[in-house]
Amino acid sequence: MTAFGDPVDAVIIGAGIVGCAMARRFSLEGASVVVIERAPDILSGASKANSAILHTGFDAPPGSVELQCVQAGYDEYMQIRKDFNLPILDTGAMVAAWDDSEEGRLPELLDQALLNGVADARLLSRAEVLAREPALGAHVRAALLVPREVIIDPWSAPLAYATQAKALGAQFRFNAGLLSARLDGRLWHLELPAGTVTARSVVNCSGIHGDTVERILLGEAQFEIRPRKGQFIVFDKAAAKHLRTILLPVPTARTKGVVLTRTIFGNLLVGPTAEEQEERERPDVTRPELDMLFAKAVELVPALAQAQVTAVYAGLRPASEEKHYRVHSLPEKGYFCAGGIRSTGLTAALGIARHVHGLWAQSQAASGKPTVAPQTFTLPNLAEHLPRDWQTPGHDGIVCHCEMVTGREIEAALGSPLPPGDFGGLRRRTRCAMGRCQGFNCLARLASLTEGRLSVPIAPEVDR
Amino acid sequence: MIAETYDVAIVGGGPAGLSAAIELKRRGVEKVALCERGAEAGGIPRHCGHPPFGMREFGRILTGPTYARRLVAAAAATGVTILTKHAVVHAGPDGLLTVATPAGIQTIRAARILIATGARETTRAQLLVPGVRPLGVMNTAALQAFVYQEGRVPFRHPVIVGSELVSLSAILTCRSHGIRPVAMVETEQEVQARPAFFALPRMLGVPVMTDAQVLAIEGSPRVTSVRLRLAGGTETALACDGVIFSGRFIPEAALVEASALALDLGTGGPVIDQHGRSSDPNIFAAGNMVHPIETAGHCWDEGRRVARVIAAGLANAKDAEPDKTPGRRIIAGAGLKYVVPQRLTPEGKGTAPTLNLRALGAARGRLILSDGSGTVLRTQNINSAPKKPIRFPLAGLDLAVDSSDLQLRLEPRP
Repeated sequence: MTAFGDPVDAVIIGAGIVGCAMARRFSLEGASVVVIERAPDILSGASKANSAILHTGFDAPPGSVELQCVQAGYDEYMQIRKDFNLPILDTGAMVAAWDDSEEGRLPELLDQALLNGVADARLLSRAEVLAREPALGAHVRAALLVPREVIIDPWSAPLAYATQAKALGAQFRFNAGLLSARLDGRLWHLELPAGTVTARSVVNCSGIHGDTVERILLGEAQFEIRPRKGQFIVFDKAAAKHLRTILLPVPTARTKGVVLTRTIFGNLLVGPTAEEQEERERPDVTRPELDMLFAKAVELVPALAQAQVTAVYAGLRPASEEKHYRVHSLPEKGYFCAGGIRSTGLTAALGIARHVHGLWAQSQAASGKPTVAPQTFTLPNLAEHLPRDWQTPGHDGIVCHCEMVTGREIEAALGSPLPPGDFGGLRRRTRCAMGRCQGFNCLARLASLTEGRLSVPIAPEVDR
Repeated sequence: MIAETYDVAIVGGGPAGLSAAIELKRRGVEKVALCERGAEAGGIPRHCGHPPFGMREFGRILTGPTYARRLVAAAAATGVTILTKHAVVHAGPDGLLTVATPAGIQTIRAARILIATGARETTRAQLLVPGVRPLGVMNTAALQAFVYQEGRVPFRHPVIVGSELVSLSAILTCRSHGIRPVAMVETEQEVQARPAFFALPRMLGVPVMTDAQVLAIEGSPRVTSVRLRLAGGTETALACDGVIFSGRFIPEAALVEASALALDLGTGGPVIDQHGRSSDPNIFAAGNMVHPIETAGHCWDEGRRVARVIAAGLANAKDAEPDKTPGRRIIAGAGLKYVVPQRLTPEGKGTAPTLNLRALGAARGRLILSDGSGTVLRTQNINSAPKKPIRFPLAGLDLAVDSSDLQLRLEPRP
C-alpha cells in the first residue's frame, strides 16, 4: 500500500462547499491539509445544486450554530469577495405571503429577523410589493423584505476557497473515496483506492455520506443522514426580466420551500422541492415534481407560462434526523464533523470552517503555528451583469454561444491550479454547455478541446 | 465606435443567409456582410455528411458538407464579406448591430438587416425528461458534429428519441460510423415523418416504438439504460450507452428576443409579413428561424426571395421608408401550431403568398381560411404526417378588401 507522504495535520473528507471552505481555513491558519474526494472534482454532491443565495440568517433559529455560521459566512464572503473577483447580484429577498394565514405569519418572521440582527428587514404592503415586482401574481398579499440577501456564483466561490487552499499547500486527491480507517495512537490511517493518507486529525465534510463516513471512522455515527431531494428548473434568460428580487415563500417547520430567483448567470430559477428519500446516489428529476415547479413559477409570476426551460437538475441535500447542523467533535480522537448542512451551506461554509477550525485549534497542544499570509488571485468572472471574457479582445473565438464562453476561458479552466475532473466541473468553471441549447452546438467541440484532460472524458472513443 | 457600414448585414451563415447574400450581390447591392458566429459558414448542412442536398440549388445531389462548401464558395465569389467568429448579440432599430468578435465588441451599421439564425432541436431538459443526467445524452446535431467534424464516436448503442426526418438522418449518421441504434422511440401515437420512410429503420433492424414514454434515463457517469413505458402500458429498460433527442426544432431566436422584435408563440420565431419583414421595418428574417423546420433547399429559396425584396427596397428611394402599417394578421386557429407569415402587408399585393403551416399532430381534414366576419374564403383538404410542412396558397384571393384578421383552422375529418 502506497503511503502519500508524511502525516498531515488534518485530512478533510469531502470537497463540497464545506470541505473547500474548511481546506482554506485550515491552510490559512497554517495547518497542513489533504482533501480527499470520492468524485473526480470538487462540488460533485449536494454543492452543485443549490439556489445560489447568500443568506442573512434572518429566518435561522435564534442562538443556533447555524445562525452564527451563516452570519459569519456572509460577512467573510463580503469581505473577501473582491480579492477573488467573486460577484454578487444585489437583489434583496422578499418573503411573500399569498393568503391570510401566511400574511399573519409575517410579523413573527420580522421579529425573528430583528432578533437575529437583520435590522434592515421590513414589511411591505401589497402595493409596495407590486410596485417593486409588477409581474407578480395579483393575489400577493404582503411581504417581508430582506434587503441584504443577494445572489452569488455558487461554483466560483467554493472554487476560490479550494484554489486558495491549494496555493497555500493543501493537497487534493480526487476519485479517492474512503475505504477504511484506522486510528493508531494519535495517527489516523485512511485507506483510499490508490493508497493511504496519514493524518493527526480528520474533518468529516462528507455531506450526503456524512454518517457513513463517521461510521467508517468511529464504528458508529451520532447522526443519520436523511437525504432530501431538491429539484430545480432553470428558465431561459428571457424570463429573468420578470423578477428582480429573490422570492421566498413563508417557510414551514420542515423546509424553506420553493424559491423563485434570478441567477447570477442571467437566468431565472425555481426550486427546490423537498423530497425525503433513502436513495443517496441518484439525484433524478421526475416529471410530476417538475410540472409542479413549473406550475408554481407560473402561479407566482404568470408571465412565466410562456418561458422556455434551459435546464432541469436535482440535488440531494444532506438533511439529518434533526433540523440543526450536526457539528460535533471527539478531540481525543482527532475527529471533527460538520454534518447535516442541509440547506444554508453555501452561505455558512466560511463560518462553519471558522467554527470547526476553532474546535480543532482548542484541541491542539501547541497552537503556535502562525497564520499564513493569504495567497490571493482573481477568478474569471462568469456573472452576466459584469464584464465577461468575450467582451475583451484577444479571445480565441466563442465556443459556447448560448453562454458566450470563449476558447480562452475553456483553456484557462483546463490549465488552472484545480482543473476540472469531469465535464460537470468544466461546466461549473466556465458555464459552457449550460445554456439554452445544452450543447447542441458546442458539445462535440468541447469533447475535442478537453481530450486527455478530464479524468472522465466527455466521449470515450476516438474514431479517426 | 462603428467599425464598418454595409448596405445589408446578414446574421447567420446557413443556407438561407448564404443564398440571400449571393442574391443581393447579384442584384447589385454593393456592400453585403454576412456575420457567422462559428469558425466557418455553411450552417447545419456542414455536419450532415449524407445526401440529399443541393438538387434545387446546384442541380445535383450532394452531401451536406459539400453543399455547404459550394454555397460558401459561391458567396465569396460574388463578393460577400463573410465575417466568421462574428456573433451578433443585438440588432438595434437604427440598423446598428452589436457584434462579439475575437477582437472585442464591434458595431456594424447596415441599412437593412436579415436575421437567418436557423433552428435547433429541443433539448432533453426542455422536454422535462425524467432520470439522472449522465454523459451521452445529446441532440442529433451534436452527434453529427462529433462524427463529421471532430472525428469522434460518443457512443455505440444509443436510443433515438423522435421520429422526424432528422431522426432518420440520425440513423444514417450512426450507421456510417459503426454506431448501432438500439431503438427509435416516439412519444406520440404515430411516427412524425412520412410512414414510408420507416422502411429504413426496419431494414436496419432498429425497432420503432410509438406511443412510448421515457420514464427515466439511467447511468453514471455515462448512460447505461433508458426506462420506457411502451404502448399498452408495459414497462421495459433498454440497455444503451447514449440517448439522441432528435427533432422538435425550435428557432434560434435569442437575437430576436434580445432585439425586442415581435415574437410568434406558434413558431417561437419572429412575426413576419409575406416579404420576410419583422416588426422592425429594416429587419428581415428568413430560413428555419421563421418556420421550424424545412429543408436546406427551402431555406435557400426563401433567402433568395427575401433578398429580392431587400434589394428592390434599397434600389427604390420611395421604398426606403417602408410602409409601417401592420397589415392583416393571419391567426393560426384550432388544430394548427403555426402559420407563416403572420401578417400580410398591402405593398406588393399582386404577389399573394403561399402560407406555410404546421398542424398540431397529424393533419387530416379540411383547412378553412376565414376573415374577420367569419366568411369562409377558401378551404383545402389535407392528409399529411404530423411534422410535414403544409402549404396553403392564397393566389387568386383578393385580400385587400378589408383589414380584418384572417384565421386559418383545421377541421379534423370525422
